Parts: sequence; C-alpha cells; structure tokens
Amino acid sequence: MKKLLNNWLIQVLLFLSLLGLTAYGSQIINDITSPYVLTIGLFIGINLIMALGLNLITGVTGQLSLGHAAFMSIGAYASAIATVNYHLPFLVGVLIGGLIACFFGIIIGFPTLRLTGDYLAIATLGFAEIVRVQFTNMKITNGAIGFLGIEGSTTFPIVMTIAVQTICAMVWLENSRNGRAMLAIREDEVASSAVGINTTLYKIQAFAIGAFCAGVGGALFAHTTTFIQPTDFGFQKSVDILSIIVLGGLGSIPGTIIGAIVLTAAPEILRPLANYRMIVYGLLLVVIMIFRPYGLMGGVNLRQAVRRAMMFPKKKQAGREE
Amino acid sequence: MPILNNLMQQLVNGLALGSIYALIALGYTMVYGIIGMINFAYGEIFMFGAYAGLVLALTNYVNVYVALLGATFITMVLGVVIERVAYRPLRRSSRLSALISAIGVSFFLSSLMVRVKGPNTRGFPTLFENRIFEIGDFQITIYQIVIIGVAGLLMLSLHLFVTYSKMGRAMRACAQDQDAASLMGVNIDRVISVTFAIGSGLAGAAGVLAGIYFNAVQPYMGLLAGLKAFAAAVLGGIGSIPGAMIGGLVIGLTEILGVTVNLSEYKDAFAFAILILVLLFKPAGIMGRKANKKV
Repeated sequence: MKKLLNNWLIQVLLFLSLLGLTAYGSQIINDITSPYVLTIGLFIGINLIMALGLNLITGVTGQLSLGHAAFMSIGAYASAIATVNYHLPFLVGVLIGGLIACFFGIIIGFPTLRLTGDYLAIATLGFAEIVRVQFTNMKITNGAIGFLGIEGSTTFPIVMTIAVQTICAMVWLENSRNGRAMLAIREDEVASSAVGINTTLYKIQAFAIGAFCAGVGGALFAHTTTFIQPTDFGFQKSVDILSIIVLGGLGSIPGTIIGAIVLTAAPEILRPLANYRMIVYGLLLVVIMIFRPYGLMGGVNLRQAVRRAMMFPKKKQAGREE
Repeated sequence: MPILNNLMQQLVNGLALGSIYALIALGYTMVYGIIGMINFAYGEIFMFGAYAGLVLALTNYVNVYVALLGATFITMVLGVVIERVAYRPLRRSSRLSALISAIGVSFFLSSLMVRVKGPNTRGFPTLFENRIFEIGDFQITIYQIVIIGVAGLLMLSLHLFVTYSKMGRAMRACAQDQDAASLMGVNIDRVISVTFAIGSGLAGAAGVLAGIYFNAVQPYMGLLAGLKAFAAAVLGGIGSIPGAMIGGLVIGLTEILGVTVNLSEYKDAFAFAILILVLLFKPAGIMGRKANKKV
C-alpha cells in the first residue's frame, strides 16, 4: 500500500480524482445551500488558501511574517486590473495575481530574509504598511476610494477546487526534499546550513510560494467582494491569517484547515451577540491559546496518526518481540 | 534663513511627536528585554490611557497633572491584570502563542472601548490654555513643552530607577539570565509584574499626552501608534532602553520631516521605510548588540 502510494502515476491519478470529486461535490453543495452559508464557505476557502501559504513561511520554515496581507493586496489589485482594465478571463487574472505577488515575494525576500526572528517580523510588517500606503496613493488603484466594478466571478466550486489543489501541493511539498530542507531551517538554521542546506534559497522559495498563495487568495477575494480598498488589507488582515495558523497549530496542514474554518465561521456564529461579538472573539483567542498553547492541532500530525493507526501497530509489536 | 528656521520648527514638532512614540516604545522594549515577548496589546493600553485621561478630564475637577497621574495608575493596573490573565499561563510555551494571546487582548480592549464609549472620535477638553512662545523665529506651544517635559521627566526617572534601585537591578538581572537571577533570589514573577506596570503606565501617560496634543481620542488610535512605537523599539535595538528613546525620536522626526517635504500622504510609510533601511545595514537596531549565537 505504501509502495503504491509512492508511485507518481498513482499520486497524479489520486490528485485528479480528488479534484474532480471536489468540483462535483462543491457544485452539489453550491446548488442546495443557502447563499449566506455559501458565502461563509467561500471565505473559509479563501482564508484557507492564504493561511496555507503563510503556514509554509511561518509554520514550516519558521520565518515569522506579519505582512501577509501585502501579498494578498498585490494579488487582489493585480487581478482586478487584469480583468477590469485588460478584460482578461477571470482565471487568468487569478494566475496573474498570484504570479505578481510571488514576484514581489522574491524581491522582498532577498533583502529581508537576512534578518531573523522579530526583526524579520517587523520588516515584513513595515513592508505591508508601505504597500498599503502606496496603494492608497496610486491612480490605477483609485487610491483610498477603492477599486470598483470588479466582476463577482468567484464561485464556491472554483474556490474549493483551488483550495484542494493548494492542500495537495503543500502536502506534496512538505514531503519533498525542499520541504524537509525548510523544516530543517525551522528546527535549527545554523545546523542546517552546516550540513549543506542553502538556507537563503529555501527561505526565499518558501516566501515566494507563500506569497503566490496569498496573491491567489487576494485575487479570489477581489472577485468575491467586487470592491476592494487599501484598508481591506491592513495589519488586521495579516493578523487574521496569522491567528488561523497559530490557532490551528503551526506547521500542521489539518490544523490550518480547522483554524480557517473556526476563525472564519466564529464571527458569523457570534453574530447573535451583536455588539459584543468582537469582544467575545478577542476573549476566544486568549482562551484557546491558554488551553491549547500549541494550537488546536498542535503536535498532532494527521498523516503520522493515520499511518500509525494503519501500519505501525505491526512494527511496534515486532519491536517488542525483539 | 527661512529654511533653517523651518527646520528648527519641524525639529520641535518632531520632538514632541517622537516623545510620545518613545514612551510607548519603552513599554515594548522593557517587556521584550525581560520575557522576550512582543506585547501587541500596548497600542490598546495607550488608547485606554487616553480614554482614562479623557474621562477624568471631563469631570471638571481635575487638572492636567491629576488626569495624567490617574490615567497612568489605571493603565498600570490594567497592564498587570493583562499579564496575569493572558500572558502568565503562556510563559513557558512558544512565543507565537503569547503573541496571538496579546492580539486577542488587543481585539478585546479596542472592541470593549467601542462598546462603552462608541466608535466616534472624541475631542479632548482643554485642560489648560494653549499659549505660543516665540523663541527667535520659531514657535513652541505650551502643549509641546508639557509633552517634551513630561516625557523627558518620565524617561529620566525610568533611567534612574533601572540603574540605581534594587528592583531595577533585579530587572536587569532578569533580562540577562532569568534562571540565574531566580537562583540568586530574585522573584521573577514580581519583576515581570513591575515591568508590565511601568511599561503600561508609560503607555497610559503617552495616551493622555497624545490626546491633548492631537485633540482626538478614538478606540482604534492604538493600532497605528502601537505599530510605529514597536518600529521605534526595533529601530533603536529591541531590549535596549536608550535605544527605545532614540528610536522613538527618530521615527517622530522622520514622520514630521516627511510632512515638511510635502509627502504627507506617505507619512505612515516613512517610519517603516526608515526602519527597513536601518535594519538592512544594522540588523540589530541602532543601540542593539548583536547576540552571539552559541552552537
């Protein structure tokens, strides 16, 4: 079974069937669910895509970034300009948004990734603020007034399909040579560079991929809300995405999925509390962190857990017999 | 020499603004120096201080110094309570969980204030008459004198406290090596509580000063001020008290100079641009010492 799963052809087939299944399933959900619930689902998917990108940077590679919203805004504006001003198809616009965000991720990554820890965090935060102020003062983005007239082309099946693609890509990446190198950098940067890992290269790779995800998420966001303005992408947004991955459990993909669902749905579930909503939301963050300091899924590796449940018992018993 | 005069004028304005940032930055840097944690709720403590000052000032019986002292005291209590409830249980876990907890606290405080006092911007009552002094060709308002004076006094007393008092010595010991300090009989929990009290008190005082200076108080004022003060702390070298003062002044001056050269739309970006530039050339900040990594 394990050998079978390692065959790339099987992997590709599995991936394609998963995609087909998602597209079909979400289409059915799309048809039977109320628009309100569907919109929440849409935002869960978008947040999940962006959070997976940040998870790669912060959770897997261990580089704290407080500027994820900047890449999101770059993707959002780039795709909006592509589809509105240049009349490109929606999905091409999404791809352009992702690629341009990725490009900026690399440009920003080169100088700032020399910094470590909190210095990196504040540099990315500063970069995000600069991007936001720049968008506020640009003509093509219509400044502080906001970019109007984007077509609402994002649909639930599209978001879900892209989200599943992202999850698969992240799982695959984490188990590849590059992913292991990134994990090594998180655990000990000095040691990993001593064994010959090009730490700068892998950090920039993580940054670029993370920025790409954020850009795609931003593009989807822009084509959902049909109107974007620079204040949508402030520090608050970066913090929202960071909360998702820390609350879910840093570095854990299932954790990120759960975090995205919980934190996107929580403000909606708390809606009956009306004015006390954000107060309770703040308290919720504190309480969850106190009771689960490593996140909801922190320290739980679902893949390992499943593998352990499926195959490990035999091996363990064999070990005991010795 | 109109240019030179203008420059002097902007220096005075920048100094006043920079003093406010420096006061908040001190809170960030002290807490960071001792427990290595970024207290993202400081911006909100600053906002709370401004509101406390506002409420006190509105009672009409109070003059500016009493409002300042009262707000400082309230935020000191607030800081200690926050540390106790939201950070102490997380002291042994990863720094990111404490960060998220701090963010939760900051959400809580700002939305609580929206609930209690409403989301609108409020003016500050005039606590004393504003007078303008002309020194040579540039002017300085009495507000600016009070702000620079109070901030300078607070920073000086903080410096004396940290350098000469017993508690100050305990704080420096904790910053160097917490375990060793606790073996020498320093009560770590007390030191951390005191650090939070002092840092929050400074932020609260800064809140009242900012309220007086800008004549505007609103529940989200803490966010950007907090971010800039944090930038100031990192710019000066996080963990270093003189660094925070210098960083705050640099950020304040840059912002004002940005306005002077007619780029006021970009004024919020200036602080961060300077910060990134400095960090690229001096990755540990202006006054920060580069930590040697043991392998």
